[in-house]
Amino acid sequence: MIADLTETIVKILFIFSINVGFYAPILGWVERKQSALMQDRVGANRANIFNFKIIGLFHPIADAVKVLTKEDFIPEGADKFFHTLAPFLSLTPAIVTFAVIPFGGAYELWGHPVKLVIADLNVGMLFIFAFASLSTYGVVLGGWSSNNNWSLLGGLRASAQMLSYEVAMGLTLIGVFMVYGSLRLTDIGMIQENFFRWGIFMQPLGFVLFFTCAIAENKRAPFDQPEAESELVAGYFTEYSSMKFVMFWMGEFLEIVTISGIVTTLFFGAWHLPFVTDQMLVSFFAGAGPNGAALLAMLVNVVVFFAKVSFFIWLMMTIRWTLPRFRYDQVMRLGWKMLLPLALINIFITGIVLLV
Amino acid sequence: MTDSAKNLHTEQMVINMGPSHPVTHGTVKFTVTLDGETIDDLKVDIGYLHRGFEKMCENGTWEQVMPYTDRLNYVSPLINNVGYALAVEKLFGVQAPERCQYIRVIISEMARICDHFTNIAAGAMEVGAMTVFLYFVEARDLLWDLLEELCGARVTANYVRFGGVKNDLPEGFGAKTAQAFETCRKLWVDVDKLLTKNRIFIDRMRDVGTMPAQEAIAHGFTGPCLRASGVPYDVRKAQPYLVYDQMDFEVPVGETGDNFDRYLVRMEEINQSMRIVEQALARIPRGPINLDMPALRWQSKDDTYNRIEALIFHFKTVTEGVKPPAGEIYSAVEGANGELGFYLVSDGSGKPVKCRVRPPCFPLTAAMPRMMRGRLIADIVPTFDMINMIGGECDR
Repeated sequence: MIADLTETIVKILFIFSINVGFYAPILGWVERKQSALMQDRVGANRANIFNFKIIGLFHPIADAVKVLTKEDFIPEGADKFFHTLAPFLSLTPAIVTFAVIPFGGAYELWGHPVKLVIADLNVGMLFIFAFASLSTYGVVLGGWSSNNNWSLLGGLRASAQMLSYEVAMGLTLIGVFMVYGSLRLTDIGMIQENFFRWGIFMQPLGFVLFFTCAIAENKRAPFDQPEAESELVAGYFTEYSSMKFVMFWMGEFLEIVTISGIVTTLFFGAWHLPFVTDQMLVSFFAGAGPNGAALLAMLVNVVVFFAKVSFFIWLMMTIRWTLPRFRYDQVMRLGWKMLLPLALINIFITGIVLLV
Repeated sequence: MTDSAKNLHTEQMVINMGPSHPVTHGTVKFTVTLDGETIDDLKVDIGYLHRGFEKMCENGTWEQVMPYTDRLNYVSPLINNVGYALAVEKLFGVQAPERCQYIRVIISEMARICDHFTNIAAGAMEVGAMTVFLYFVEARDLLWDLLEELCGARVTANYVRFGGVKNDLPEGFGAKTAQAFETCRKLWVDVDKLLTKNRIFIDRMRDVGTMPAQEAIAHGFTGPCLRASGVPYDVRKAQPYLVYDQMDFEVPVGETGDNFDRYLVRMEEINQSMRIVEQALARIPRGPINLDMPALRWQSKDDTYNRIEALIFHFKTVTEGVKPPAGEIYSAVEGANGELGFYLVSDGSGKPVKCRVRPPCFPLTAAMPRMMRGRLIADIVPTFDMINMIGGECDR
């Protein structure tokens, strides 16, 4: 009992510190630096402590100080309660969804079985969908309660866009579930121990569709209609400042991490290196004793998993800084008339292949 | 479904886009009446950059107007300089020396390239392609470096004088231009790859803001926007000024007159302008850059300080202004946005009685409601950019 509790708390702390403590602040820096690299610029490099600049890595700290000391502004006529609630509704799902994503295999430590996932739910993927839908509320409420026409338009766009793409995304994943026969993400991860059973080989079309839907769900360019700065000023968060703005912003970045995590788990072999099973890892580190071997294998799992996650984050950022933005009606058309039929076709083909 | 939609109580939303809004660069305000996201009506409010240009001109001498013209289209100030100088010279009935004419062609075309770079860059940025923006701004900066070396300023050039220019081309200008153009061409190719066949970009620009040729002419369109509608009107070809008739260049025309054609026309004009600059630099003759006409163009400082006649002319022209003969003229050049005309009235004194500018972007801006009615709010973004309304020139 105590051991279970400790295990869970350690895992929560680990994921929380990686996501909120590492990825959220560092991604702001990464986005600046990567866009700078792509655009022949230098990027953030001014923030310094005693003239130490370390390639601009102090900028997240400077940002934090800035937003914490800014005025927390609530516009006149805004619904104060919902205006305050919206950023929480946007950030919380982004943090919570990572609970069901496995970042390593199952091992035994001091006679206690350890699975590297916070909550090993048998409805893992449905849990993610449920919480992803919740974050829509944050955006819509933020747009609605701000008492600003631009925010309202942004909120409406967001609700329509996120709902539409959730349909296509759900249908895309049905193909994945058909192949693996499970909604439990650890099962899906386990099956991909075999390199030739990786999702990308089983469901190539599914991967493309899912990744597209996921970017749209995340509201990043080329699908950033809800905030489209040249049309709607800043869309649904036009009237947000200070920490509340940062919560939207962190929510967006954490969603990037979560999406990359899901893509890695479903399509890119989860925590596995190609042709290397967890059993091989443990026997490779056998010299460190049974517990040491398990710990080292876990470490390899975690590093491999987050390396893959970082790769997809990089990919999403590259897309974001390369492509222009769709128009709102074009996004809806793409979602309903292209992605949805393709997802259905994908299910159909998968069904035929499975039957034959 | 349709019945229930009819019975629903819906309202139109009136929304103020600007004057401080990311898309309204140049400071303008659109009062947009929205039905959902569809534009029912759009009103353009201009005048936020009104400085009383014409009134200021009436209170300054003819020469003192020159720096004001820098602030008209501040993205391509040198064309304004050239246009105004040509108009005043037309009043006098004189022509600048040949070398000066070549220099004016070179700087006009460079200014045009800068303007098109800025326009396409801003347009791409506003539909979300930030990277393209910085590529073309980098290219523009290379040309601005050249212009800075030429006249000491990047934006407020004030380089052209009546009957001449302020100074000759600096040492090694041709070689540096060739070098800058090489980089510009590379960046042009990059941007071409990023945009011209980009499905998202095409979807955003194609069939948006379409103006058929007849309507474009009726609205008074000129420049790239008119040519995009398929009318090959270019002041440089229609009424050649300076040495444009000796230059070999094409006038690109579009077919449909939508935003994508406007983009394509501008991209091609960048190439053609580079060709013109290269030809002019290759052919530029030696000789004086200023007219030898002390009543119009100051003598050199050396003369002014050492010869009494030159000193008197200097004193008279500075205190009273040059005095063109009484009369009125209209003279037009091909600005980066279209026909940039100056209508000048002189009563023989040192100050203009009237200095009226025909800004190319005013008719273009006036056509915004026509182009936007029934479209989506997101269509304002690329259309307003391709119109390239410049506040300084439209509002004056």
